[in-house]
Amino acid sequence: MGLNRFSVCAAVLMLSALHPAFADDEDTQERAARWKQLQESIFPKREVLDSGGIITVDAPPRALDAALVPIELHVNSPVKGVYLIIDDNPAPMAAHIVFGPNADPRDLKLRVRVNAYTNIHAIAETSDGKLHAATKFVKAAGGCSAPAGSDEAAALADMGRMKLRLMGDFNAGKPMQAQLMIRHPNFNGMQMNQITRMYTPARFIRTIDATYDGAQVFHMDADISLATDPVITFGFVPHEKGQMKVVAQDSSDTKFDHSFDVPGAG
Amino acid sequence: MNRREAIIAGACATVFSGQTRAETKEIAPGIHFRRGVDEDATATNNDAIANIGFIVGREAVCVMDPGGSLKDGQNLRAAIRKVTQLPIRYVVLSHVHPDHIFGAGAFLQEDKPRFVGHEKLPNALAQRGEFYKNNLDKILKTDAGPVVAPTLLVTVKDGTQLDLGGRTLQVTAHGNAHTDCDLSVLDPQTGTLLLSDLLFVERVPSLDGSLKGWLRELEKLKTVGARRAVPGHGPTSVNWPSACRDLERYLGTLLRETRQAIAKGVDIDQAAKTVALSERDRWKLFDDYNGHNVTRAYKELEWD
Repeated sequence: MGLNRFSVCAAVLMLSALHPAFADDEDTQERAARWKQLQESIFPKREVLDSGGIITVDAPPRALDAALVPIELHVNSPVKGVYLIIDDNPAPMAAHIVFGPNADPRDLKLRVRVNAYTNIHAIAETSDGKLHAATKFVKAAGGCSAPAGSDEAAALADMGRMKLRLMGDFNAGKPMQAQLMIRHPNFNGMQMNQITRMYTPARFIRTIDATYDGAQVFHMDADISLATDPVITFGFVPHEKGQMKVVAQDSSDTKFDHSFDVPGAG
Repeated sequence: MNRREAIIAGACATVFSGQTRAETKEIAPGIHFRRGVDEDATATNNDAIANIGFIVGREAVCVMDPGGSLKDGQNLRAAIRKVTQLPIRYVVLSHVHPDHIFGAGAFLQEDKPRFVGHEKLPNALAQRGEFYKNNLDKILKTDAGPVVAPTLLVTVKDGTQLDLGGRTLQVTAHGNAHTDCDLSVLDPQTGTLLLSDLLFVERVPSLDGSLKGWLRELEKLKTVGARRAVPGHGPTSVNWPSACRDLERYLGTLLRETRQAIAKGVDIDQAAKTVALSERDRWKLFDDYNGHNVTRAYKELEWD
């Protein structure tokens, strides 16, 4: 999926952001209207069905840190991919993940920024092309304009460093979870410098590709909603011995890649 | 502010309205401090939640931390003028957090002091100043005060001295600790160490810099030869270094248990619910900050 759709989406929401940011958890009607508008912009002329147990989304109902909200997606049938949409963020489309032959798409975790009390929608696209949506309401505010971290210089110096951790027991041929960590400030362009009155230019991870022994695990399109130092936990099927190759590209077209022996020292 | 918070704020108005004035106490000869209330900022407390005060020399006065809002700063200025008419030569901005620095505007017009800050404070203010101001304006339902940039920068390498006439204060700029821009001030004459939020007593610490760095800086501070310290929150005068034992124990627990959680593959949100719970009954506002501290610690330590 191209980035045009992301931009259209951002433009629509920038407009609606002009009326006062309204963080009232009782305003369900406005939320429904927002979601309808988003659906039409992201999935034009397509029907979005109820989750029907195919997908669930989990997040802390009240986030501890709006700049780092952990999200979990669970899917229960074969899917092509999943979308994560944070309705009231400036760029609502947080991530679109397409699974490859080497993926186990059942469990996926991400860390995102949340700008205002919002619905979070997780959409599964099943192999027959149908869309199923699950919703979770999250109370968090300020995560997008909040400063990312306190040691910006160190974050930039370390940019592109990666870690891969295997979670749980390793059995060749059996699905397992891995956690990919990428050092990147993921500047979203929304922090104003009080002195210069300029915004810190946006610079964020746009795509991540993970392949295992040449077979795709996942491709992800991302946007400014991912938290600083993106962390993605995903499922895949390991061999007796193999290599996980990760390529990430940011909005300045800088490429970061890394290969990990799996199993082996991450 | 949602309805629940509004109700709580309303209820607090009657209880705490007497505590928002700057009632300073002389904790050592020429050193006056006002204790902040153990709350978060509300429309009724002027964000007067940090310990703020001033040091009087023979020729001039130094403010260390001008307060949490313009109003809080104005109250402090009035308290100073009850004690002395000497010029206010320096206003130390101990770090970037709003409860310590939004009172700076109260000293801009008449006093024209040097505003003393860490070399990294300008950058921190550039990133966060507007964000803090918008939030604080909303909470206080009034103008919280301007974002005042430091005019005298202190480097980690060299530190600096502030001459008040017959009394010279030693200012140290610290490495990444409570935040990335912490200053401490030593008054050698009375052996008093003004630590701001490098030291929390009774109120739960908040971590916004580096957990490992904070423990390192505390280790150094214990040896500077002061016998009394002024924490950023809690009582305005405590024995030094014994008063940092609780803080060190909390930070040590946070470090150990967060590392264990990461090693066991416990997720960041699960860790936030389980780490350092043995500290729960020892600190005020624990539930409001501990989970956030664990999140910060986790983010720092998962890259080790």
